[in-house]
Amino acid sequence: MTGLQTASGHQASLAGDARSRWTSKRQRGTRSRMRAVDLVSSGLLGLRARKLRAALSALGIALGIAAGVAVLGISASSKSSLLAQLGAEGNLLTVSAGHGYDGTPAPLPLTAESMIGHIPPVESVTAVGYVPGATVLRTAAVPAVNSGGISVLAAQDGLLATLGGSVAHGTFLNAATERYPATVLGAVAAQTLGITQVHPDTQVYLDGRYFTVVGILRPVPLAPEIDEAALVGFPVANSLLGLGGHPTELYVRTLPDQVQAVDSVLPFTANPAQPEAVQVSRPSSILAARAAARSAFTGLFLALGAVAAGVGGVGIANIMVISVLERRGEIGLRRALGATRGHVAAQFLTESLILSAFGGAAGILLGAAATAGYAIGYHQSTVIPPVAPAVGMAVAVGIGAIAGVYPAAKAARLTPAEALRSS
Amino acid sequence: MTTVLEMQDVAKTYPGSPPVQALADVTLQITCAERTALVGPSGSGKTTLLHVAGTLERPTSGTVTIAGEEVASLSDAELSGVRARRLGFVFQQFYLLDHLDAVQNVALGLLHRGVRARDRRAAAIDALDRVGLGHRLGHRPAQLSGGERQRVAIARAVIGHPDVVLADEPTGNLDSVAGSEIVALLASLADDGTAVVVVTHDQAVAAAMDRRVVMRDGRVVSDTGSRPGLRGTP
Repeated sequence: MTGLQTASGHQASLAGDARSRWTSKRQRGTRSRMRAVDLVSSGLLGLRARKLRAALSALGIALGIAAGVAVLGISASSKSSLLAQLGAEGNLLTVSAGHGYDGTPAPLPLTAESMIGHIPPVESVTAVGYVPGATVLRTAAVPAVNSGGISVLAAQDGLLATLGGSVAHGTFLNAATERYPATVLGAVAAQTLGITQVHPDTQVYLDGRYFTVVGILRPVPLAPEIDEAALVGFPVANSLLGLGGHPTELYVRTLPDQVQAVDSVLPFTANPAQPEAVQVSRPSSILAARAAARSAFTGLFLALGAVAAGVGGVGIANIMVISVLERRGEIGLRRALGATRGHVAAQFLTESLILSAFGGAAGILLGAAATAGYAIGYHQSTVIPPVAPAVGMAVAVGIGAIAGVYPAAKAARLTPAEALRSS
Repeated sequence: MTTVLEMQDVAKTYPGSPPVQALADVTLQITCAERTALVGPSGSGKTTLLHVAGTLERPTSGTVTIAGEEVASLSDAELSGVRARRLGFVFQQFYLLDHLDAVQNVALGLLHRGVRARDRRAAAIDALDRVGLGHRLGHRPAQLSGGERQRVAIARAVIGHPDVVLADEPTGNLDSVAGSEIVALLASLADDGTAVVVVTHDQAVAAAMDRRVVMRDGRVVSDTGSRPGLRGTP
């Protein structure tokens, strides 16, 4: 026999025409060579042969990275929302009546509101007056002790504009209703009283008489005391509830860049006779403190995510070790075909890296989806810090590299004959 | 004739208690285009000899020279380079990768020579055409018969045009018809100058070779030497 019959019927030698083509390449060097692109495609092929196993292995890392990205994303989204809120409401100051040096209560003067209104950077000012001892009940039949902690505040019609609040149902107090037994309930107060809608005949029993409920407010984040109060007009508070006209608290909205300056002059302006009896505070600082408290949990959740990703890495290492044992024949074959120990190690390491990178990418997508779901659910804008996917992928690949080192070394240690014999 | 593979006083001992001497004082020369059958009873050291000759494991003592290069002094990368460029292997178990089709399996034969994927693929198609599998290019091993799988393995062994093809019981998993075809195919490699060394129990396979080397207890006990023209068709 001098050759082989090809499919096309021509006589051709097996080693044939291409021998010269490869002969020139043969002379270029004696070391075995493998192109980087072939290394990657070999790694991919190894994983494609065991798709389900690869997917399950990557899932462990994916969950860990997803947890990390979601924690950072949700934290960032909340922070962004808070910053937006602070940007809109950080220029609000409250002025409260306090006590003098001798400990006696020092109510705010009747002129306090108008005096503060004359400070040039002050955009708006509004007063509320606390009616001491007044209770709010659903009906007269409810015992007075079941007041639910609802307080009664006299308010002006400019309150909502200054606080950035809004009405959920009905209307706010106006020039007409502030003179009559009409009230607007804060969000929590309405909930406590079981009032969810406003009808013309909706009434509450306020300090011994029925007041018509004309409106219900939405929550006011910067002034939670409003949420738990029943608001009435100053005229009716003075005439029916004995307030006496003195405000107990003033809400002051200033130009955003003049907050500190206004803050420093408010005590003297509000009560020139007893400035030490005036308390000035900035509600937005409470929000900032709340945000800081929330972020304290971020580290904990990130640590849990890291543990999950680490467990995923152990899973990958386990799968890769099993893979080395199962594929000894393939390892022996590759060595016989010219693969060096380094090529074999690199192939298994590449598989581990691809597996973990796939898990990392899936985790980033899952984490981003979870963040988006949370943000949409809480009416926030979705913010994923760029560092989250970058660090997530770096962690995933790092875990893959660590997980792949031992299996790769184990595969590389096999001599070709050992691998072929034991397969 | 040019010597492509030479073994001089080669011994191979596996550690253990007691140590196992698989090869002892083996001296063998394989020349270009020579067809050699390595025969002998089980445990006689045939496969070990093939592995040592193919640099799949190193001898305990003695020298192995392939195409003029003494392999003992070579690094792992250089030794792998020798396997990639000078040697082709055919195994009884075929060792085809199940998730690759015939072309991809054959192309693996050039993977460690730095050849581009496109060129590897073209060479693989050419090699498959030459072993008569031009119509089975996209088939995976599970879709091929035993004889066809071994043809794919032979195409993979010769795609890089090695100096020597080393075959370990290439017909061991095949029926007699497919086995005869494979033997004819292996024998034909020598027509282009490739030396062929076949480890076999099968007398028909041995008869198809020019030279018969008989082994027993790790030693060469008989060597007919090259007998061109004596080869017959099994």
